[in-house]
Amino acid sequence: MLSSMTWNADDAIPLSALNHWTYCPRRCCLIHLEGEFTNNIHTARGVAEHDRVDVIHPETVSGRKIETALPVWCERLGLVGKCDVVEFLVDGTPYPVEYKHGARKKWVNDDIQLAAQALCLEEMTGKAVPLGAIYHATSRRRREVAITLELRQAVETCVVEVRTALSAPTLPPPVNDQRCKECSLIDLCQPAPLAGQGKRRRLVAHLFEPEFEPGN
Amino acid sequence: MQTLLNTLYVTTPLSYLHLDNDTVRIEVERETKLRVPLHHLGGIVVFGNVLVSPALMHRLADNGQSLVLLDGNGRFKARLEGPVSGNILLRRAQHEKANDAAFTLEVARACIAGKLRNSRQVLLRGAREAKDAADASVLSRGADDLAAALRALPGAADLDVVRGVEGEAARQYFGCINFIVRTDVREDFSLDGRTRRPPRDRMNALLSFLYAMLMNDCRSALESVGLDPQLGFLHAVRPGRAALALDLMEEFRHQADRLALTLVNRGQVQAGDFTLHEGGGVTLAEQGRKTVVVAWQERKQETLSHPLLEQPVALGLLPQLQARFLARTLRGDMESYLPFLLR
Repeated sequence: MLSSMTWNADDAIPLSALNHWTYCPRRCCLIHLEGEFTNNIHTARGVAEHDRVDVIHPETVSGRKIETALPVWCERLGLVGKCDVVEFLVDGTPYPVEYKHGARKKWVNDDIQLAAQALCLEEMTGKAVPLGAIYHATSRRRREVAITLELRQAVETCVVEVRTALSAPTLPPPVNDQRCKECSLIDLCQPAPLAGQGKRRRLVAHLFEPEFEPGN
Repeated sequence: MQTLLNTLYVTTPLSYLHLDNDTVRIEVERETKLRVPLHHLGGIVVFGNVLVSPALMHRLADNGQSLVLLDGNGRFKARLEGPVSGNILLRRAQHEKANDAAFTLEVARACIAGKLRNSRQVLLRGAREAKDAADASVLSRGADDLAAALRALPGAADLDVVRGVEGEAARQYFGCINFIVRTDVREDFSLDGRTRRPPRDRMNALLSFLYAMLMNDCRSALESVGLDPQLGFLHAVRPGRAALALDLMEEFRHQADRLALTLVNRGQVQAGDFTLHEGGGVTLAEQGRKTVVVAWQERKQETLSHPLLEQPVALGLLPQLQARFLARTLRGDMESYLPFLLR
């Protein structure tokens, strides 16, 4: 079913969109559909971290060949993106390493992004990619991630969802939970007034009544 | 809510703005008058004959900070725009909705409802604070007139009727705001209805200047959320007219009116701050403009509570916020547009 989906190079989904989608569908669409982006402290740290990848990553680790900012793609799923780091083992097996600025913590969105990179690398090199890693800059620890069957299926599902959402005329509704506090797009997303449309409806219903107090 | 950064307003003719490391340095006749760190600024607004160095323009564009050129009377001339081109899906929705008569009428009614309710608060407050019973009763009657106009809006079947209701309400409003002016300066600041192009009395000159500042803020807000300021709902499309900015401005006009009344009643703006031209035109003079610009900037930092958000919002951010809500309504995220309503 997936391979029969039609898409062209312009419709290719950025790998980062899979991460954004898994974090919050609306954030994903604001960035990739509406072309909105605003930085906050978290995104600024993320950018700074990626700028440092070349510097902090050792050139070779026991004979492994290292590529940084490697462009990758997957024809089958219609994905494009870049890997922060790919280590090529002696037998040529790619081992993607994604850099994240937080401390070592498991985020399913990071794992999905890494697995998607693995699928790209498998298609490009013809070699199986059973493992990858997330490097957490704050704790300076690597967390090795097995590219399991479940994770691969999660990527495929996610690709279908993202592709459908990005061709829809409207945005997914705001989640309006703890995620929003940390989100750089909160001001243009306006989750609270959108999630609580009841208050707005009540005010609109009484808009033409002079004595109706908006504070009530 | 995002924080309101300062706007640097430069009114002195022949000022030269330079980029000096990460600060703006303002020179007048080769003498440095002021230095402002760039990170304190949301944007720069210059009036009339002010020079801006290319290095500073490039930096502002890189930072996404706005540079707006106004003429000496605060009328919009140009705006330096960075590479962000806004959201095409939003602009398309705006154009589609502008052809939807029901939607257009609903937004137009909402804009005028916001204006009438907020203007009415100006009159009610004037009536409450009036020292003279006769003044208070004129103002209360004015407030009643606006209430009647507000109640008439839902029955307005088309845009022309909405505009008619609005025009009549404005006539009643401007017919009585003079009674909020302190009695000893009431004659100097008397206004005989609203006159513009050119204003024919001091109060009209002051209002025109403040409306121009407000208009500029509304226009910038619309542009920054990616809306086309020229395509309005209440105001008809006309070349060179920022119709949507005029629409958005309606619900905020009371801010300009209130500030004008405060400046006059506190004696911060006096009769001598105006130039009375041959033939009857009146404009705000250099010193008066400076006073008004500083007061406007300070007023924008004040916070008040927004009916939809449970937190205080800087007054200067309201146009931005309402422009965002309008954009959300156009994109179908919000079912209908709610203007900003003063409590």
